[in-house]
Amino acid sequence: MSTATAHDTAHDHHGPPAGLSRWLFTTNHKDIGTLYLWFSFTMLLIGGAMAMVIRAELFQPGMQIVDPNFFNQMTTLHGLIMVFGAIMPAFVGLANWLIPMMIGAPDMALPRMNNWSFWILPFAGTLLLSTLFMEGGGPNFGWTFYAPLSTTYGPESTDFFIFAVHLLGMSSIMGAINIIATILNMRAPGMTLMKMPLFVWTWLITAFLLIAAMPVLAGAVTMMLADRHFGTSFFNAAGGGDPILFQHVFWFFGHPEVYIMILPAFGIISQIVPTFSRKKLFGYSSMVYATASIAFLSFIVWAHHMYTVGMPVAGELFFMYATILISVPTGVKVFNWVATMWRGALTFEVPMLWALAFIFLFTLGGFSGLMLGVTPADTQYHDTYFVVAHFHYVLVAGALFSIIAAVYYWLPKWTGHMYDQTLAKIHFWWSVISVNILFFPMHFLGLAGMPRRIPDYAIQFAEFNQLASIGGFAFGLSQLLFLYILIKTIRGGEKATDKVWEKPEGLEWTVASPAPYHTFATPPQVK
Amino acid sequence: MRNLSVNKHLLLALLGLGNVVYAGSVFAEYKYNMTQGVTPISGEIYDLHMMVFWIVTAIGIGVFSVMIYSIINHRKSKGVKPAEFHESTEVEVLWTIIPFVILIFIAFPATKTLLALEDSSDADVTIKVTGYQWKWHYEYLDDDAKGLSFFSNLDAESNEARQLGANQDLSQVDHYLLNVDNPIVLPTNKKVRFLVTSNDVIHSWWVPALGVKQDAIPGYINDTWTYLKKPGVYRGQCTELCGKDHGFMPIVVLAKPENEYKEWLAQKQAEKKAAEEEAKGVWSLEKLMTKGEQVYNTSCAGCHQANGKGLPGMFPAIAGSKIALGPIADHINTVMNGKSGTAMQAFGAQLSDADLAAVITYERNAFGNNTGDAVQPSDIKSAR
Amino acid sequence: MSAKEGDYYLPEPSGWPLVGSVGLFTTLGGFASYLHGASPMFMMLGIGILIYMMFGWFGTVIHENQHGLYNKQVDKSFRWGMVWFIFSEVLFFSAFFGALFYVRMFAVPWLGGADNNVYTHSILWPEFNAVWPLLTLPNSEGFDVASGVMDTWGLPFVNTIILLSSGATVTWAHWGLLKGNRNQLTMGLFLTVALGFTFVGLQAYEYVHAYHELNLKLSSGIYGSTFFMLTGFHGMHVTIGAIMLTVMLFRSMKGHFTAEHHFAFEAASWYWHFVDVVWLGLFIFVYWL
Ligand code: HEA
Ligand code: HEA
Ligand code: HEC
Ligand code: CUA
Ligand SMILES: [Cu+2]
Repeated sequence: MSTATAHDTAHDHHGPPAGLSRWLFTTNHKDIGTLYLWFSFTMLLIGGAMAMVIRAELFQPGMQIVDPNFFNQMTTLHGLIMVFGAIMPAFVGLANWLIPMMIGAPDMALPRMNNWSFWILPFAGTLLLSTLFMEGGGPNFGWTFYAPLSTTYGPESTDFFIFAVHLLGMSSIMGAINIIATILNMRAPGMTLMKMPLFVWTWLITAFLLIAAMPVLAGAVTMMLADRHFGTSFFNAAGGGDPILFQHVFWFFGHPEVYIMILPAFGIISQIVPTFSRKKLFGYSSMVYATASIAFLSFIVWAHHMYTVGMPVAGELFFMYATILISVPTGVKVFNWVATMWRGALTFEVPMLWALAFIFLFTLGGFSGLMLGVTPADTQYHDTYFVVAHFHYVLVAGALFSIIAAVYYWLPKWTGHMYDQTLAKIHFWWSVISVNILFFPMHFLGLAGMPRRIPDYAIQFAEFNQLASIGGFAFGLSQLLFLYILIKTIRGGEKATDKVWEKPEGLEWTVASPAPYHTFATPPQVK
Repeated sequence: MRNLSVNKHLLLALLGLGNVVYAGSVFAEYKYNMTQGVTPISGEIYDLHMMVFWIVTAIGIGVFSVMIYSIINHRKSKGVKPAEFHESTEVEVLWTIIPFVILIFIAFPATKTLLALEDSSDADVTIKVTGYQWKWHYEYLDDDAKGLSFFSNLDAESNEARQLGANQDLSQVDHYLLNVDNPIVLPTNKKVRFLVTSNDVIHSWWVPALGVKQDAIPGYINDTWTYLKKPGVYRGQCTELCGKDHGFMPIVVLAKPENEYKEWLAQKQAEKKAAEEEAKGVWSLEKLMTKGEQVYNTSCAGCHQANGKGLPGMFPAIAGSKIALGPIADHINTVMNGKSGTAMQAFGAQLSDADLAAVITYERNAFGNNTGDAVQPSDIKSAR
Repeated sequence: MSAKEGDYYLPEPSGWPLVGSVGLFTTLGGFASYLHGASPMFMMLGIGILIYMMFGWFGTVIHENQHGLYNKQVDKSFRWGMVWFIFSEVLFFSAFFGALFYVRMFAVPWLGGADNNVYTHSILWPEFNAVWPLLTLPNSEGFDVASGVMDTWGLPFVNTIILLSSGATVTWAHWGLLKGNRNQLTMGLFLTVALGFTFVGLQAYEYVHAYHELNLKLSSGIYGSTFFMLTGFHGMHVTIGAIMLTVMLFRSMKGHFTAEHHFAFEAASWYWHFVDVVWLGLFIFVYWL
């Protein structure tokens, strides 16, 4: 991987050290950003390969390929790896690359800690993946690891999983602290908060969510560890505890977590749409307020994942109202993007295509989210493929698409090369069609009654599962095309101009392409 | 690259919208949509679901049409000069308030349905539903059915067909994966209350046609209810990940008119008597083995596997097990009382004396464990 | 790298973070293996690596600082870093406090039949009597049943006074530093550290008492679980804080810190105040109410 990431540094006056130690010891935000992005892509392939196992087993009814326990391990690790390994590190990687450049800083505020935040990840990933090779198998209780399935009944490897989660949490918290310190302390003169690009704003708020949510997850796994080995009874009714306590603690983290995976996406889309509409972003300040409201609301809706656990009615009502309320600020975002395009001069370069697909498909996923938020209806949707459809629309067609859009938008700035636009367009159309073949039928499956996390199903679900699997294989292959495009661009290609696009806004477009190793050693003046 | 053809954009635009329209057009059919069910609550839920669905469809059409219009008409290639505006307090207030009002419209019927859903008071029949790895247990709590309880396992035919590499023609299997050996029987036109709990991990008892999904939490009892208007067979599944065989613990509800329900109760109680009677005598080894194999396959094979080899690291093998080859008393103790803190349950409360005697005998003689021991129901009785 | 005001300070590449990652991996992987019967060697090795890393890393930072490489901006970054780190710790504690509140307000009353859980009590735990602190358990099999509850106005109250005074002494030390009175600084720090370790000692004494005389253990049901989890986690933080302050004590004796430049001292004292405030929460909700 290291050969692929070595980009053109000819213009640097203070270049990077050569060799492996550059990557191991680096304190440079661009190097660390690159490391994060490659780590994330690797995890996407691993988590994706697990999804392929899932889709292959579900290709037809009956058990053909894996045993049910291994299937559960695949589901669990697929969810965990995609969330903690692919999506979150990708956003942190983008933050590393872009935030210093966008606010006119030379680097992140705490560069050494930045290196640590990254280098914890491969170790955490190793710890997590090594569980697959242990006796009794890896974690098999879903990415939500509900007690007591994960405590009393968890396999031995659960303890390795617990510590992997601790490590992932430490990495995220340190990353988030760094981002906040950078944004609050390293802005160039004149870069007031309300002049910051939206990507920076959304990340500021995301970092806050991370610092507030990740420690709670650490608390949850710590209690799990104590229940497993030190005789406590947090999640055990016999000693006065409650398995549902686990779910409350988990989702207090878990719901903000899903917004951690979408707020930076909103930021990316808010950068891309104005560029290709040749028009300023509509409603900048309302975007900021909407982001903040979503973040606030995200802390008071967690129990919408628990409508069927038997909460008191008052609780169910409260969480229903709070949940559906999130549609309002999210709607403001969607409307603002549409209004930005309205009467703009649109062109449809690759990043814009992905951004448009994001807006359509994320909104679709948001709609199914709203449906899930309605408590009585959720008693029918809950833990069916309808939920699986919902969250893959917001996570794959949402978060992942926004990351791909971001890569296509800033890649020329990072590498100094323009990518092969024809291939990139093929990648786009192939992905956007297959992703719908993959996930849309899951709505029907869920409504017709197919539960999630099952390795085999009744025969009336056969057709749609087959369709989804075909879509899944196609979507997987198209990500290999993405890999090819990336490597080809890093290796060479048409030189990119400094601005890259016709009329992009932001400080990152004022520096050379590729961006020099150290940007803004003396701060730029922002008017 | 800036000259991408028009129809491609149209395609993209239509795809999002197309999805929604497609969904609408096929929604009439049961297979694609939520079931309307056979109870008042399931009907209300269905209506709520459709209402919210049409609302979001309408909003979707609105938002996407504006976007598509923009994509088609406001493009640079058509020589459009970009407008200058970038904010407007009026529209922003408007598109904050309108969605809010829409949400209030949704909240009213949702609240009403939820309150009805949660009101399980004044039930005519009460049944305790307990989840086990991986089967359901039903216990009838009313006076006329006192003491009636049984397990409901995945039907043997499905169970065989679902094994890895079984390669059977699944269309020949009766209700593959949705059939059980002992269905739960409910009377129609009665308010039935379920007390749902679990013996080990969290399960969830879901029958779509009843509009009931309730998590089974170990150590706590949740209650929920139903009111069936039509006799019939209604199928569902466990919907909370509960370990290896989560996908294989279906639910079958048999709704019968009251008189047939009463007959069924009487018949069940008679069967129970007969079984107790039978357990009294001395059983031959052969009889114990036949019965034992059957009990083993429904109750034990899920973990220890049909071949007695277990799953290394998770479930120990019975073949060659120290306990199965050791003193009978330890073996009886292990099976009756389980091992607390592990998946090994206490089967003493689950199985009858005869079943326990048979399955222990089976374990001591099958899989090459040839001890020759025959454990009698009376041995179990005295061990209790 | 320059240290002029208005210019940025960028550290050179550093191997310490990687050492730290290896240390964490070895410690935690070793701990997990140890829980499953492996020897604790790996874990010990990991802890050794972590301690080595801390000496190295903090040593580098102190060295750079002493050589005036840090300017106002770097100082401010450190401050933000510390503030948000403490914020994350607050949330870590709140997970355990949340568990305590949930158990006291919901789980235990439900097991006793409150709200919509009449059947939970009447069918599953008919014998169970829901009073907090929980001395009878729904099912005591496999648990150690405690015979008494922790006293409030004895040792815990003394500990409250100790911790509160240590908050005062550390502030007094800070005043000394600001005035340039080195004696007051070292004296104040010494008192703080002494009070801190006294607190830890008394806490340990209290644990012994709980274990041996009250049979109150981690495994005494949810009362013991929450009690030891919260106070233990807090005690661990007090220990870390006291170690941090000890380092500050040694550094101030070596002549480090000036009235303008003493972020490390301030960070340690913020941390100390945070630990203090958490204790007040513990005293109120764990011991008192
Ligand atoms: C990026 C991640 C992400 C995002 C952004 C969302 C967004 C939302 N989610 Fe989703 N959700 C997940 C990830 C995400 N979710 C995951 C991973 C799970 C499953 C976890 C598991 O169990 O494994 C889940 C599960 C989940 C559930 C639990 C389902 C169940 O298990 O039974 C619910 C229930 O309320 C829910 C609701 C919502 C809502 C209301 C939103 C809202 O934020 C959506 C708001 C957006 C819109 C509504 C569209 C745009 C708005 C307009 C155009 C304005 C006008 C609209 C109206 C007025 C209607 N989600
Ligand atoms: C965060 C992001 C994320 C992403 C990006 C994805 C991506 C995908 N997901 Fe995932 N998914 C989750 C998050 C995500 N998922 C979560 C949180 C769960 C819940 C887990 C749980 O229940 O606990 C879940 C659960 C889940 C399920 C339900 C499992 C179950 O309930 O049993 C399914 C089933 O189809 C599925 C499928 C897929 C597919 C096909 C993709 C595809 O998009 C993946 C595409 C990518 C690749 C395929 C990689 C590239 C290609 C290769 C490596 C080469 C191999 C290619 C071929 C052989 C063709 N996912
Ligand atoms: C849900 C899973 C599960 C089911 C069902 C189950 N067992 Fe077990 N069984 C276990 C586990 C796990 C252990 C190991 C317990 C331990 O760690 O000591 C075990 C241990 C045993 C042992 C001791 C084996 C040894 O060598 O230690 C015997 C005998 C046994 N079970 C018999 C039975 C019988 C008879 C049945 C059915 C009536 C049954 N089990 C059903 C999970 C199960
Ligand atoms: Cu029982 Cu899933
Ligand atoms: Cu949520």
